[in-house]
Amino acid sequence: MHDDETIMATTIKLTVNGEARALQIDDPDMPLLYALRDQLGLHGLHFGCGLGQCGACTVHYYGEALRSCVMPISAVAGGEIVTLEGLGTAEKPHPVQQAFIDEQAAQCGYCINGMIMQAAALLATTKRPTEDHVRQALAGNLCKCGTHVRILRAVMRAAERMA
Amino acid sequence: MPGTQPTRRTLLKRGGALVVTFALVPRAAWAEAARPADKSVALDEVGSFIAIDAAGLVTIYSGKVELGTGATTALAQIAAEELSVPLDRVTMIIGDTLLTPNQGPTYASLAIQVGGMEIRRAAATARETLLDQAASRLGLAKDMLAVRDGLIAPRSGGNGVSYAQLIGGRKFTVKVDPAAPLKDPKDYTIVGTSVPRRDIPAKIFGTFSYVQDFKLPGMLHARMVHPAAVGAKLESFNDAACRKIPGYVRAVREGDFLAVVATNEWAAIRASTAIVATWSAWAGLPDESRLFEHVRSSKIDRNDVFQSMGNTTEAPKAGARTLQATYDLAMNTHGSIGPSCAVADFKDGYLTVWTPTQACHLLRPQLATMLQLPPERVRCIFIEGAGCYGRNGADDCSSEAALIARRIGRPVRLQWMRSDEHGWDPKGPPILLDYRAGLDDQGRIANWEADIFLPERPMKRSGATLLAAVLAKLPKFGPSEPNLHNPGLGIPYTLANSKLTAHWLVDTPLPAAWIRAPGRMQNTFGNESFLDEIAAAAAIDPLDIRIRHLTDQRGVELLERLRTFAKWEPRGSRPRDDGVLARGRGVSYAKYELVRTYVGAVADVTVDRTTGRIKVDRVFVAHDCGQIINPDGLRNQIEGNVVQTVSRSLVEKLTFSRSAVTSLNWGSYPILTFPNVPDVVIDLIDRPNEVPWGAGEPTTSIIPSVIANAVFDATGVRLRSVPFRPDKVLAALSLAKSR
Repeated sequence: MHDDETIMATTIKLTVNGEARALQIDDPDMPLLYALRDQLGLHGLHFGCGLGQCGACTVHYYGEALRSCVMPISAVAGGEIVTLEGLGTAEKPHPVQQAFIDEQAAQCGYCINGMIMQAAALLATTKRPTEDHVRQALAGNLCKCGTHVRILRAVMRAAERMA
Repeated sequence: MPGTQPTRRTLLKRGGALVVTFALVPRAAWAEAARPADKSVALDEVGSFIAIDAAGLVTIYSGKVELGTGATTALAQIAAEELSVPLDRVTMIIGDTLLTPNQGPTYASLAIQVGGMEIRRAAATARETLLDQAASRLGLAKDMLAVRDGLIAPRSGGNGVSYAQLIGGRKFTVKVDPAAPLKDPKDYTIVGTSVPRRDIPAKIFGTFSYVQDFKLPGMLHARMVHPAAVGAKLESFNDAACRKIPGYVRAVREGDFLAVVATNEWAAIRASTAIVATWSAWAGLPDESRLFEHVRSSKIDRNDVFQSMGNTTEAPKAGARTLQATYDLAMNTHGSIGPSCAVADFKDGYLTVWTPTQACHLLRPQLATMLQLPPERVRCIFIEGAGCYGRNGADDCSSEAALIARRIGRPVRLQWMRSDEHGWDPKGPPILLDYRAGLDDQGRIANWEADIFLPERPMKRSGATLLAAVLAKLPKFGPSEPNLHNPGLGIPYTLANSKLTAHWLVDTPLPAAWIRAPGRMQNTFGNESFLDEIAAAAAIDPLDIRIRHLTDQRGVELLERLRTFAKWEPRGSRPRDDGVLARGRGVSYAKYELVRTYVGAVADVTVDRTTGRIKVDRVFVAHDCGQIINPDGLRNQIEGNVVQTVSRSLVEKLTFSRSAVTSLNWGSYPILTFPNVPDVVIDLIDRPNEVPWGAGEPTTSIIPSVIANAVFDATGVRLRSVPFRPDKVLAALSLAKSR
């Protein structure tokens, strides 16, 4: 059991998927990932490497793709976060999510959160990217099952739909 | 203790189907005693596989699990088809030692070929049994009845009787009839169609529960503190610094096993870095730069001779030429994107483990041995983890979670960190192959000899040995599995004189286990590269030489289809590309393990002569695995085989010091990324009237060789050492130039 000289918990406020949330945090360096997964129960994002190398943990921070596994919670305090759950739902899918279903673009699916969040961030600012552009934009997202060819097709399909 | 022990299994009706709701049973020590009296798991009983409830909803119990391949959807298709019920009436329960039959691990491309056929025969028996009952109830001959959507009715029209009316809610009591008539494939409406995968929407919307997402009430979080060196001993540890971390609970030590436990995940991670552990020095690994010298000088346990035909010892005749070559393949890590994770609960002498293992029914006796429990007191429940391509770290992580749970008496979730996964999953071992061949004065293959050096029983050191048992020095379950690197050594061609020898090595540098197409990828790299070398020496087109030596007409047909759809032109007919960017194409072929799935590929590559970088531009695959269950699912698998193995062929290589693995993350163990992913073009050959064979591995086996052969076509240089990283390519190009 820990000693008595424990650090006092502090409250950190975030907007997550449009809702204001207040989190009790006892380590300001705790990566955002653990707040989202363990405290808010959002499981769309996954722990993959803890090093920002694979992208499985990607969320949107003010609309941009962010690796939640290496981002201290204190650094995003007060910020706006959107996770895969907030991007779209089965009832109201985001065009990228719909395209991933249409292309059956998953094998194990563990990395797919990152693929969708990265692609959605790209397509929010880039209309009709070339396939090479998409490949470059996803270069930091790893998949070990080898689903890449389907993911590319899905993103190109979504791009067409969103153009 | 809150949460009383349920005396019997809790089942919920979900849409009428029996669904196990383990998540709702807080403190269950699920064990044999909790098995519902009417649930058999014997392989020869229909009721082990199938239950039909009063609403006519079907539950299929499958020992084969979902590893990200879509197998569960395909298995549901097989069951629904054979029973003639709509697919959406079928619920799958997979991988639970209490509830599902032991159909063997989900490996070796056997989920459909073996697991699916067991389910098909059980479903056919169930349908025939119900037809018999309907015939009796309706007073009609069985052959006057037909089944549609779970309703048995006279072919001539009139009232029928439903499955639900006949059996709803009661168990099947019949044995599986191996001779039960199977539905005629011409009547199929579900098998052979690209039904969307059942798991994909939840994975796309973030509502899917992986094992990493599974929680139990009162669950604690653990992290491992693995040894600083492979064989290091734990001399001491001090967790004083951990005690300052809010949520820290305790350390768990048993021998060289050290873990930290906390009330929340981040506290466990912090504790794992705050704890001070002192390990003994250990430096028992070979010099990485001389790995294959080490392999060649390793002690041989025994030799096996395969495919010994004719005479390979005769002296070469006049005019004959001889060729020889040596090939090697680096060690690989499995590299699942999600590190291994398991949740374990040990209560009242019963252990339950929620695990992403490919082998629940093998893990169970292993855990029982380790913890000295009767097997019936151990229950392994599969929950999908990240992609599994063989015996990765899942079982080891599960064993560690089990040990921690027993020590702390509360449910515990253990997730490995990235460095645990890269450092401690059992590795694909290094493999070395030597080839010799003689060509007669007509350029024909006079003799072919191969020697392969690979570890005996990759399980011996790890596959069947749980890491927790190794570290904590607990009893180990002996190797019980066949040597998975054994098959596939042979060549699919008919040669007059051939001899293939496997030299089984006593040991291999790091604990080893199977990774996708184990041994077959390595053997096929040697076989198909060397045949290509012979083709070049004899000035025969590489595709032609393969067909010339095939007597198997199904293989010939596949290669002719590949020739047409890849628009193959004889390679001798055009000059080799001598630009800075050299382009070429190669071919490779395999009949998997010489007895099943036929697969051929053509690859187009570009080699940058200045950087040594290879880009695989496009891979054409012709694939014949017999009856196709789900064409889109099959394509997804083939694409995955290609891309994953291009990664293994070009990039992936384990690095290590004399003490430990040093490639502990994606920076030091890079894999293929989007900019370098090839296009994949597939020609599926469907044979609805043949049995279905596996597709999880066969394509993998031909990828390293098809790339090497294409590089030769582009540059005239042979690459014989996998992976084909730029430094090796530049060295080979430079050597060729100096000659």
